[in-house]
This record gives sequence, structure tokens and C-alpha cells, in this order.
Amino acid sequence: MSEVKLFGAWFSPYVKRVEMSLNLKGVEYEYIEEDLKNKSPLFLQYNPITKLVPALVHNGKPIFESSVILEYIDETWEGPSIFPKDPFDRAMSRFWAKFVEDKCSDLLWKACWSAGEEREKAAKEAEEGLTILENEIKDKKFFGGENIGLVDLVANYIALWNPILQDVVGFHVLTQDKFPNISKWADEFCNDSFVEKYMPEKEKVRLWLKRAVETGSLY
Amino acid sequence: MEVRLHGMWASPYVIRVIWALKLKGVKYEYIEEDLSNKSMAVLEYNPIHKKVPVLVHNGKPIVESAVILQYIEETWPDRTPLLPEDPYERAMARFWIDFGQQKSLTFFAFFLTSEEDKHKTAAQVLETLKILEEEALGDKKFFGGNTINMVDLFFGWLTYSFGCMENISGVQVLLPETLPRLHRWTLDFKQEPVIKENLPDSTALLEHFKRVTKHLKSSNKFKPA
Repeated sequence: MSEVKLFGAWFSPYVKRVEMSLNLKGVEYEYIEEDLKNKSPLFLQYNPITKLVPALVHNGKPIFESSVILEYIDETWEGPSIFPKDPFDRAMSRFWAKFVEDKCSDLLWKACWSAGEEREKAAKEAEEGLTILENEIKDKKFFGGENIGLVDLVANYIALWNPILQDVVGFHVLTQDKFPNISKWADEFCNDSFVEKYMPEKEKVRLWLKRAVETGSLY
Repeated sequence: MEVRLHGMWASPYVIRVIWALKLKGVKYEYIEEDLSNKSMAVLEYNPIHKKVPVLVHNGKPIVESAVILQYIEETWPDRTPLLPEDPYERAMARFWIDFGQQKSLTFFAFFLTSEEDKHKTAAQVLETLKILEEEALGDKKFFGGNTINMVDLFFGWLTYSFGCMENISGVQVLLPETLPRLHRWTLDFKQEPVIKENLPDSTALLEHFKRVTKHLKSSNKFKPA
């Protein structure tokens, strides 16, 4: 039996960021792809509360929620860290990670999936968030500085999934014209030799999102 | 002063930071903010969200109560630990804090409920609190075990704000009959010295909640999903 198991779904940005974190630390783990339409009894036994991926099981003990898992991985294993050392810098990382999720990614997703007034509202709010983020990445290669950090991993949705979804639905909020710095970061991130090993194939994601838009269901 | 906290007396986000600072014995200067007329300091320190709490330590501002609490824990680690030592138990604590944050819309919906939806929104809150009681609290005295920890501080608002929500909506949810262990926890939690000494005045709080509810409902600013 593997000491570390990761229950995931290949298309999930939350799962991918956990995978990157595990691989950065060089942790050996067993990956189990979950069919989210038909969750396995084992998975549900480990994660009865949220029933979502990712779920990390370490020595039989399950941990869920990607943000919680990322902190756990950082504390449990030696090796390169996605968290800064200084408490103030760590606080800043946590702040920006939450900002990226709540004020950028979630709104970008919502803008793509909604219509009419709701779409306009989400797009406007997303632009406000992105404007602030654009300024934050301005003089840096990655949000984490020279190396990728927590915020880069959490922003993975913006780097890969969002551009594809925007194309599929034909509604573009995050454009290179409006957000050149974020766009540059996205390229840098996706083409990073470490990151690209743990990102899904863009064409596969495009087909998945296309079908999701047509059927109205993600899985 | 090395440590300053910009806050608002009725804000549960602020109060949990006050509890953490007091539990750690950290001396700080408190600045009460008028949220309709925010000080230049708040706007300068928190230009993104323009909200309280803002903790300023050696001139550096930290915002978002969850981030602040972790910061306090990491900066003063040798006094009254607010998170378990074991990484797995720590992960569980962080999960429950995240759970609480993710359920904020559920509580908000109950807080601003219309007359016709009050039982529906109350039922959703009850379901959430049942999970909390069963899975997070269990048979322990506190979420932190025998002593309070960050999870207790996070859900501490249930022991004072939530009663105002019940009062305004007209539905009682957190009762010994419906949530015996959680109800017991609210009493034990409020008995803890630091908590007891740092609770907002209940009469003033209810008045404040009534004002806020009226304002939010009329401005239609918050549409619960």
C-alpha cells in the first residue's frame, strides 16, 4: 500500500496544483483518477464531507481542500517550498492566493458560464480583480519571485484553463491587450519546464470544456 | 506601538483577531474605525479591500482575518498555541476554518432572509451546523480539544452574532434540543476568561444588526445566492 495517495480528476486545476506541489518535494504517491459522475466507495469513505477532489491520503489519513493540502505538503516534507520563510511574506502569499481565487479565477469562470446582466457584472468584477493582479505581477517573473510559489500554483487556472474556456464560449475578459503582464506571466508559467509536466494537454481541455458547454455538465 | 489593530467593535472578523492577540498576550494599540468614514490609515494599509481588520506590525499591514490569525500564530509561536502541533491535526483545523468561510453565503442568506424563506434558510444553516457539531466538534469540549484554538476563535461569532440573526429572522436554530453539543460549546466558550472579557455588548450589538439588516435589505446590495 502506498503511503501517499492522491485522488484527483485530470482536468481539475485544484488537483494539478497539488500534484505540482508533491512533485516539487519529490514525494512518491499513488494517483487515483476519480470518475466524478460515479465516485468510488473508497473515495467517498475518505472524503464524505466535501466529496470533491483533490483528496490527499497520507498514511490512511485523508486531507481535503487544495489550500489545506498545499499547507500540509509544505509542513510535512522537506525540499523546495512554495511558501516563503518569513511570516509576513507568508501572510502576503496567503492573501494573494485567496485574492486570485475569489477576485479573479472564480469571477472569470462565472463570466464565461453566465449570460446577460450576470455575465456583464462578473466580467466587470473580474476586470477589477485582474487590474490589481496586473500591478502585482508587474516587475516579477513569477508571483513567487524568481521561482514559482503558492500564488503561481493557485493562479494556474488563469494561465491555462481560462484562455481555453474564453475561446470556447467566445467571451474574452482576460486579453493580452488589457492585461499584458498577466499574459506574459501565463506564458512564462505554462512554458516552465517543471510546470508543463503537470499541466493537462490543452487540446484535451478544449474538448472537455467544449463538451461541458454543449451538455451543461462538467462531468 | 509595535502592533496596531484597526477594527470595528461589532465585526466578528475583528473580534477573533482581538481574541488571538489577547490569548497570545500581545500588546497592541486598537483603533476603532468608522466604516462609513474610513481613516486614511485603513485606506492606505488595505487599498485592495478597504476593510477591517487590518493588523499593522512594525509598519507592515496584514489583512483578512484568516491570514492575520495564521500570522499571529507564526509570529508568536511560543505563547498559547492556536493550532495543533501535529501537521495532520493542523490540516484538519485549517479545513474547518475553510469550511466555515465557504459556508458564509448560507449564513448570510439566513441573516438577510425574507419572511417566506426563513424556514428554508434556517434549515440550511441547521444542516451546516450539524456537520460542524458532528465532524468538527464531536465529543470534545472545544474544537481545539481541552483548550480553545483557532477553530474555536473562527466559529466564536456563533456565540454572540448568531443570536442576533435568530432574533431578527424570528427562527431559533442553535438550541440544546437541535444541537446539544454545539450549544454546550457556546456556553463553555463564552466562559473562557479572554473571550468573556472581549465580547461586544449584546444590546448594542442587536441594535447594530437591526440597522445593518435594514440597510442591506433596502440597498439590495447582497443578494444571497
